[in-house]
Amino acid sequence: MEFFERFAIPHPSFAIYASMVAAGLTLIAIVAGLTYFKKWGYLWREWITTVDHKRIGIMYLISALMMLFRGGVDAIMMRAQLAVPDNTLLDSQHYNEIFTTHGVVMILFMAMPFIIFFMNFVVPLQIGARDVAFPRLNALSFWLFFMGAMLFNISFMVGGSPDAGWTSYFPLADGESVGSHYYMIAIQIAGIGTLMTGINFITTILKMRAPGMTLMKMPMFTWASLITSVIIVFAFPVLTVALAMGTMDLLFGTQFFTLENGGMAMLWANLFWVWGHPEVYILILPAFGIYSEIISTSARRNLYGYKSMVGSMVLISLLSFVVWAHHFFTMGQGAFANSIFSITTMAIAVPTGVKIFNWLLTLWKGKIEFTTPMLYSILFIPLFTLGGVTGVMLAMSAADYQYHNTMFLVAHFHNVIIPGVVFAMLAGLTFYWPKMFGFMLNEKIGKWTAWLLSIGFLLAFMPMYVTGLDGQARRMYTYSESTGFGPLNMVSFVGAAIMAVGFVLIVYNIYYSVRYASRDISADPWDARTLEWATHTPVPEYNFAITPEVASSEALWDVKKKGHVLFKGDYEKIHMPNNSGVPFIMSCIFFAWGFSLVFSLWIPAIITTIGIFICMTLRSFEKDHGHYISVKEIEDTESEMRGA
Amino acid sequence: MKLKLALFAVMMSILTVLTGCEQLTVLDPKGPQAERLASDIMLTMLMMAGIVIAVFVWLVIMLVKYRASKQPADYEPPHIEGNPWVEGILVGIPVLIVAFLSFVSVQSNYIVESAPQGYEEKEPLVVYASSSDWKWHFSYPEEGIETVNYLYIPTDRPLEFRLYSHGPITSFWIPQLGGQKYAMNAHVTKLHLAADVEGDYMGRNANFSGEGFAENKFDVTAMNQEEFDDWVKEVKATAEPITEEKFEKLLEPGHLGRMTFTGTHLEFSPAPEHHHEGDKYEDKDEHKHSEEHHSASDKESSDHDKHMNHDE
Repeated sequence: MEFFERFAIPHPSFAIYASMVAAGLTLIAIVAGLTYFKKWGYLWREWITTVDHKRIGIMYLISALMMLFRGGVDAIMMRAQLAVPDNTLLDSQHYNEIFTTHGVVMILFMAMPFIIFFMNFVVPLQIGARDVAFPRLNALSFWLFFMGAMLFNISFMVGGSPDAGWTSYFPLADGESVGSHYYMIAIQIAGIGTLMTGINFITTILKMRAPGMTLMKMPMFTWASLITSVIIVFAFPVLTVALAMGTMDLLFGTQFFTLENGGMAMLWANLFWVWGHPEVYILILPAFGIYSEIISTSARRNLYGYKSMVGSMVLISLLSFVVWAHHFFTMGQGAFANSIFSITTMAIAVPTGVKIFNWLLTLWKGKIEFTTPMLYSILFIPLFTLGGVTGVMLAMSAADYQYHNTMFLVAHFHNVIIPGVVFAMLAGLTFYWPKMFGFMLNEKIGKWTAWLLSIGFLLAFMPMYVTGLDGQARRMYTYSESTGFGPLNMVSFVGAAIMAVGFVLIVYNIYYSVRYASRDISADPWDARTLEWATHTPVPEYNFAITPEVASSEALWDVKKKGHVLFKGDYEKIHMPNNSGVPFIMSCIFFAWGFSLVFSLWIPAIITTIGIFICMTLRSFEKDHGHYISVKEIEDTESEMRGA
Repeated sequence: MKLKLALFAVMMSILTVLTGCEQLTVLDPKGPQAERLASDIMLTMLMMAGIVIAVFVWLVIMLVKYRASKQPADYEPPHIEGNPWVEGILVGIPVLIVAFLSFVSVQSNYIVESAPQGYEEKEPLVVYASSSDWKWHFSYPEEGIETVNYLYIPTDRPLEFRLYSHGPITSFWIPQLGGQKYAMNAHVTKLHLAADVEGDYMGRNANFSGEGFAENKFDVTAMNQEEFDDWVKEVKATAEPITEEKFEKLLEPGHLGRMTFTGTHLEFSPAPEHHHEGDKYEDKDEHKHSEEHHSASDKESSDHDKHMNHDE
């Protein structure tokens, strides 16, 4: 019996039991559905074993959307709990678990896969490549991320969720439940996947660009992806090491971060933020890239100040590594250290300001069309500026003594992440949807969504600036009526509810558009400027039948306006990678490995470790040279695409 | 129209923040440190409001002027690469703003890290504030007393808080007297505060520390020196002494009301001082301190060697 007690939830509640039932039913429905419609084989051949960057991208997208709703439910529960003083909807423990999982899920399992979806789907098309540099590694990246996310997500049903905040500061994370084990190991598995994505995309972008595309002729999203990948490669190893040290503390009794024997709790904080601060730029730079594409497309103009856009991104990426200590200005590191980090942090405002001004100047003399993606981009500029300037306020290290750990901070980072990253993802989703699925999302519902999210966002987060200055600390599960925080928290709850309606509208929009949207659209519905719109919709397996030759960062625009010829020469047979089940199987073993470690099941842990190495060994002896698509096949596909 | 509505909402929220200043705790300072921070916050808020409004206005002008529906159907937007002058100015303005704010920020850093302005001449009252799950212990070595979850302070003296934690990292915060600082297990951090005005203030742990975090707060009462001395006398006459046994019991996780003791727990469970370089210099200063404090710090240094061993 004792064996099974380990897997029990330490703090059960009705909500948890209800979601267990819901998860169980969903799983049964999926299995039954796949069996009934005989889709197992299709799923395996076309999706699970795929190495096609477009399909992997779409799988990232589906995971990210799922996680958006998981993290969103957490958010609503938090705001509901705080809506009135002395609320008893949630107890302290449950609230602590919810804000911890909300943070981890939203940053690592929602925003990260969402931007990696864009990188996967867009970058190879935008640079005229057939696929990423290492397609099979790409599949492994996805499945590792996915299994890491799933491992993290079962925590609240098996053994208990982490409850020490998404920053998981020691010694608080040194708890008795397995929650912190889940945190360390699930993020580790997903993080390895992300690190490989970074390596993959640096190689892809540097080595696989179409002829003529010099670095300074790359579209802005590709530039953003390149710089992001570089940040990933420098930042994620720090996370890997920190998590490995934390795991050893928790499982094997080492004392890196403990209270006794020289363990340094603040070492964790340093390592965490050496990764964690660049991490926010990993999210925001691709978002900037997406906005650049959309704004210049919808303003019907080239991006103003291309070179300064690139330069500012490079500068942001460098600065992102030298500001981490602003996350603990209040650690007592002295006036000198605080001054250094205060100045470096504020310096980020300069390149970020450059980007805002360049977008505004891109609108100048343009011919602005208010499409849904453009609406998000327009709303982004003022809302993100608001978040940016409060960031400068927080960077004043002395004043931060008053903002630190308060709702002011919570308001600030949501104010940059929601209009900055989430709006970019929704804008990009709407923008690239026709390229993925061959029909547009409904514009009217899309605009409603954008407005609801913006108004909900303002109502939800502006009051937090005020309550923060009034002394409301973050992560408090309740407060007394005498504090006077009640009314503004109620406003926040209303705002959060409006945002929830907005997110539900996205689902409705997908449903509505699947049913009613016209399938008769061109491959270039937005009259766009870059290469990804130069191929057919749906995009054939090989992306471009003939490798395009480009002369500027706006290759397609050159075709439209300058009579540039993209595709020269005849069809040749195309080399493509073979599908493989190994990435999926290996990731499943990783999942079992992680689960074994979470619960200290040593024998399964050893067996699965061996399993992982067997997979790697098999791969290194495998002779798989891929396959060729013959000229005949290409001709058939191309004529069919043109005909349709 | 909708856009204007949204902009209006944003402006209104900023105005709410700006006009609500008097009532907001952080912007209602009762001591020199908090006053400096509040004036920094107001300054940045006004400057930042200026930037936000400038961006809003610029955006609205662009959108109104260059919207497609307003232009002739055959209008072709020009290709504009960028202009070093324009971009130079747009880099220059933020650089100037950041340079100015950096100057203010650095100045403030040195101010909040040193003795409060106007109090430099006076001997600070040293209070050890240590947190345990989920309580605050305040030791007054000079007075030889200790309280739990409440703090009495004299108004006419600078205060030197020495912060540490018996458990997770916490953050000591009395918003109306000054900004917060971490209390950690391994070493002591110092926070300089002072109260100008008598009154009751809210104090709390601002850093998440587990289940009982929300109630991890304490009351602060600032009073004049005579009242403070009377209170100390009264405590010495009426309170029970704190013993090692009692203290161990207090450390167990849970919530407690206000408690008062004679003696301090520092005598048998010294603060983790002398663990980092900063404190080496402090030792010299301590000799200047008053007689009562001397005896307290002697006891600490005798325990200090024992403590050193498991640091290395």
